[in-house]
Amino acid sequence: MAHAHQETVHVNVLPPDRAKIKKLWMTALILLIITILEFIVAFTVPHEYKDLRVWIFITMTIVKAAYIVGEFMHLRYEVKVLIWSILIPMVFIVWMLVAFLYEGMAISSVR
Amino acid sequence: MASTSVATAPGRSAWDGGVSPMGASYGKLMMWFFLLSDAFTFSALLITYGLVRSAHPVYTGTVHAFKFSAGYWPIPERVFEAVPFLHGVEAPLVFVGIMTFILIMSSVTMVLAVEAGHRMDRKAVEKWMLWTILGGAAFLSCQAWEWSHFIHGSETGRAVVEGTKFFGANLVHNQYGPPDFAAFFFFITGFHGFHVFSGVCLNFLIYYNTVMGVYERRGHYEMVEKVGLYWHFVDLVWVFVFTFFYLV
Repeated sequence: MAHAHQETVHVNVLPPDRAKIKKLWMTALILLIITILEFIVAFTVPHEYKDLRVWIFITMTIVKAAYIVGEFMHLRYEVKVLIWSILIPMVFIVWMLVAFLYEGMAISSVR
Repeated sequence: MASTSVATAPGRSAWDGGVSPMGASYGKLMMWFFLLSDAFTFSALLITYGLVRSAHPVYTGTVHAFKFSAGYWPIPERVFEAVPFLHGVEAPLVFVGIMTFILIMSSVTMVLAVEAGHRMDRKAVEKWMLWTILGGAAFLSCQAWEWSHFIHGSETGRAVVEGTKFFGANLVHNQYGPPDFAAFFFFITGFHGFHVFSGVCLNFLIYYNTVMGVYERRGHYEMVEKVGLYWHFVDLVWVFVFTFFYLV
């Protein structure tokens, strides 16, 4: 073992960053509140309003995704080039979504 | 703090070499691009679910009168309404809600481990990594229960031919709706569950290395950050699976 005789390393442990930790817990709280709201919508808005339900769910999901990627994954605080390198390729997902749902509706109308 | 910029010598661009233009190490950058490709994979799965679902007939009656049939796509909240230890109680989506809560909480403990790593606080990293591993294991256990319940089926089952009933699900038949419904359930939640499993293994590796003082000797805890990115991504995917498979 190359490091068998290594002395214990001296590390300078910094105190917890209270403001940052508080912000992380706030993000978690927001995520939980949105999830609870999703449940409320799922059981109060009747199924007859399908489009409304779907759009509320999609909006809430995107808000949740933004908080997870922005705060937890720290993307908000990265260099702009990195942010755009991750976000721009999402266009392909949107493209696939539109194309496939269009196709699916076409299949069901043919049937 | 706004977005950070990369410091360069005067007259030189960040892309001339010698600095990281994206302000992130090679490993972290590659983790980001891997996750981007993984996002494509999961989108493909969920969007294909959307295609197949919209190609199937829609159930038009009331939720209350809903009955399982292969003739239309099922309403998810009538399929996933069982909770462990509460036999026979109809609690739509409650168990999935608990699973969502567990995964979000484990994401918080992960990000707290990353924060502790920035401060070189080994004890705190160990503590938060353990909580994260525990959360991941709890989620996997919940999923195992849910799969088992899905496969064995509810007591009502679905009448197939006069006098015969089919219970639960396999890859060919299921009591809930068209065969594709169960196939997508197994594929999407299974693929996500496998990601969670890999994440728990990676988290354990990080925990082990932290305890052994590997990162302390290295002088930084960037590995916690990289695996943290992966773990948050798993949480992110679950947010989408929860919406598009269980809620919509």
